[in-house]
Amino acid sequence: MQPKIQVKNVTKVFGDHPERALQLLDEGLDRKEILQRTGQTVGIQNVCFDVAQGEILVVMGLSGCGKSTLIRCLNRLIEPTAGEVVIDGEDILKLSNDQVLERRRRKFGMVFQNFALFPHRTIMENAAFGLEIGGTDKETRDAKATEALKLVGLDGWEQSYPSQLSGGMQQRVGLARALAVDPDILLMDEAFSALDPLIRRDMQDELLALQSRVKKTIVFITHDLDEALRLGDRIVLMKDGYVVQIGTPEDILTSPASRYVERFVEDVDKTQILTAGAIMHDSRIRVTPNDGPRTALHKMDQESFYSVFVTQRDGTLEGYVWAEDAAEAVKRKEKTLEGIIQRDHYAVKPDESIGTLFQMLVDTRIPLAVVDDNGKLLGTIVKTQVLAALADAQPDKEDAEAGDGEGETEPTQAQETAEAKVGA
Amino acid sequence: MSQDFPFVGKFPLSDYIDDGLDWLTTTFSGVTRAISTVLGNGVEGVVTALSFPPPWVVILGFAALAWYLAGRRVGIGTAAGLLFLWNLQLWQATVETFTLVLFATAVAVAIALPLGILGGLSDRFKAAVMPVLDFMQTMPAFVYLIPAIPFFGLGQVSAMFATVIFSMPPAIRLTILGIRQVPKELVEASDAFGANWRQKLFKVQMPLAVPTIMAGINQTIMLALSMVVIAAMIGAGGLGGEVWRAIQRLQPGNGFEAGIAIVILAMILDRVTQKIGQPKKKQQ
Ligand SMILES: Nc1ncnc2c1ncn2[C@@H]1O[C@H](COP(=O)(O)OP(=O)(O)O)[C@@H](O)[C@H]1O
Ligand SMILES: [Mg+2]
Repeated sequence: MQPKIQVKNVTKVFGDHPERALQLLDEGLDRKEILQRTGQTVGIQNVCFDVAQGEILVVMGLSGCGKSTLIRCLNRLIEPTAGEVVIDGEDILKLSNDQVLERRRRKFGMVFQNFALFPHRTIMENAAFGLEIGGTDKETRDAKATEALKLVGLDGWEQSYPSQLSGGMQQRVGLARALAVDPDILLMDEAFSALDPLIRRDMQDELLALQSRVKKTIVFITHDLDEALRLGDRIVLMKDGYVVQIGTPEDILTSPASRYVERFVEDVDKTQILTAGAIMHDSRIRVTPNDGPRTALHKMDQESFYSVFVTQRDGTLEGYVWAEDAAEAVKRKEKTLEGIIQRDHYAVKPDESIGTLFQMLVDTRIPLAVVDDNGKLLGTIVKTQVLAALADAQPDKEDAEAGDGEGETEPTQAQETAEAKVGA
Repeated sequence: MSQDFPFVGKFPLSDYIDDGLDWLTTTFSGVTRAISTVLGNGVEGVVTALSFPPPWVVILGFAALAWYLAGRRVGIGTAAGLLFLWNLQLWQATVETFTLVLFATAVAVAIALPLGILGGLSDRFKAAVMPVLDFMQTMPAFVYLIPAIPFFGLGQVSAMFATVIFSMPPAIRLTILGIRQVPKELVEASDAFGANWRQKLFKVQMPLAVPTIMAGINQTIMLALSMVVIAAMIGAGGLGGEVWRAIQRLQPGNGFEAGIAIVILAMILDRVTQKIGQPKKKQQ
């Protein structure tokens, strides 16, 4: 079957003299040199990939690597300097301006990082915007907008204004606005990056659930490895404007993780130091010592965890309990967790650097706890999060733990997936 | 003699301007006469309409309108202020001044909005219009009176012409600003859904620029009011006329009364127009 979208050798140069940059690109110079010599910024260079009908393609890379530029070349919000963008067999770069407007109205729905909702319009009017632009009559577009809002779980909010909604809800409106026109293609530029980690997870799940019903072709941009692995049927990895690797999440994981990470981060500004606080996940699953072992088991069961952190009512971290111990305690008919709390966890401050965290994660089977100065639990960290963060930035010292041989990689992978289940 | 510029004679700038104005006056006399008639009759008509009912009826009407537009406090303030003006025997002059400001503002806004929108959308137009605005605002307002007279004759319409020129710049400036400060993500979002420039302008840019544009209109009204005394020098009458007469006759008491009346009128117009510009509470 013909791919829905074919991106062929697309290059975008920002500046007044793109032809100079194009020539230097042909000569094999890189982005930095071209900027120095000509003052032209290469946004993306020679990008090629296909997207199949009904596929979620994730484009992933560091900030500034050209993801936003790329996705905007697909609907010509940014005019590519060279290449072809073929959608349903039609090179959209050859279309007139009016034709482009028509294609945007009919084929594309776009969701933005900062939601970009219209503050002067109600939720309903926001969701109906695309239809209104396309000239649909009011009755039909209200019906379709209502349906789209229902699809994202926002029925009842039609007459509110965006400022009355939380971030997660606002992005649902953004999604509804894109879905209301019933486009073939959804373009999502870091659509969930501005959301809290927990809400973000929910939105990812919902997008997947939604996709299994609506079967759109989705191009999803992210800088987050976790998100890419969760959502992508295939992942396009970008660096400095070019494509490094295209593959399924399995391909990405089975290619040597350390080498992949290394290659991915090699040019990152070394002064950029990542901290525990920056990468932790909120821990909504926790128990107090007075909770019964049954409650603890239930909570672990819900999230398929093997352990759970125990905090006082005010959030002060006490320790953790194992699922097996809780099960034993249930048999012994104990009423509280007091007897089975373990205290050999690692607790780190939010400003701990990522290099140290990696060391600790190798030593322990449970997640790291991030606590504030008063010992209150702020969040938790599992190994995948550290890996994802490593994909985004380089630790301040060369990381021996990351390893560099293929042999080392296999166990790391296995360990990592096992530990992901332990995490909160 | 020694004061003169050496070697060459005076550059005849004033002659050029005079000749140019002469040419304009004769060439466009038909047009200016038509404008003069329409605006003159319009102002007169409104003044007559507002002077016909007993003042308390009109005051009640204005207070109700102010209440509706800007809330209870402004409504009550409007009633109190206008009753005071009536008591000072300045009601007729207030009506004249109000009408003049109303018409001048309407004309200024009618010109400023399209220019401001163009300046908001086009960098080149903005670059062209900005120096003109600076010129219009720094030129002493008196100077506008001089060409106004050959165009429109002494009286209300000349006064309005000078007032319009003097008070228009903020409305243009703030319309440009209002359009330009619409977040670019929102413009991009409308692009992404296939909006053409008209849809973008009327569905996104203009609605979001309204508070800023209203701030500009508010400033235009204030500047128009500040012109009334100057306008009175060419026969505009109204509260400015009262002040001008008091100056000529050295009657400080009367002068202050009329001056305070202008301040009261300014406060009422300011509060009401400020409130119109603010978005409804629901949307905040
Ligand atoms: N309008 C523009 N003018 C000049 N340079 C730009 C423009 N937009 C993006 N760039 C540059 O192109 C590169 C890629 O940017 P972008 O696509 O926004 O990256 P990402 O979305 O991956 O963070 C960056 O170096 C950025 O500075
Ligand atoms: Mg981006």
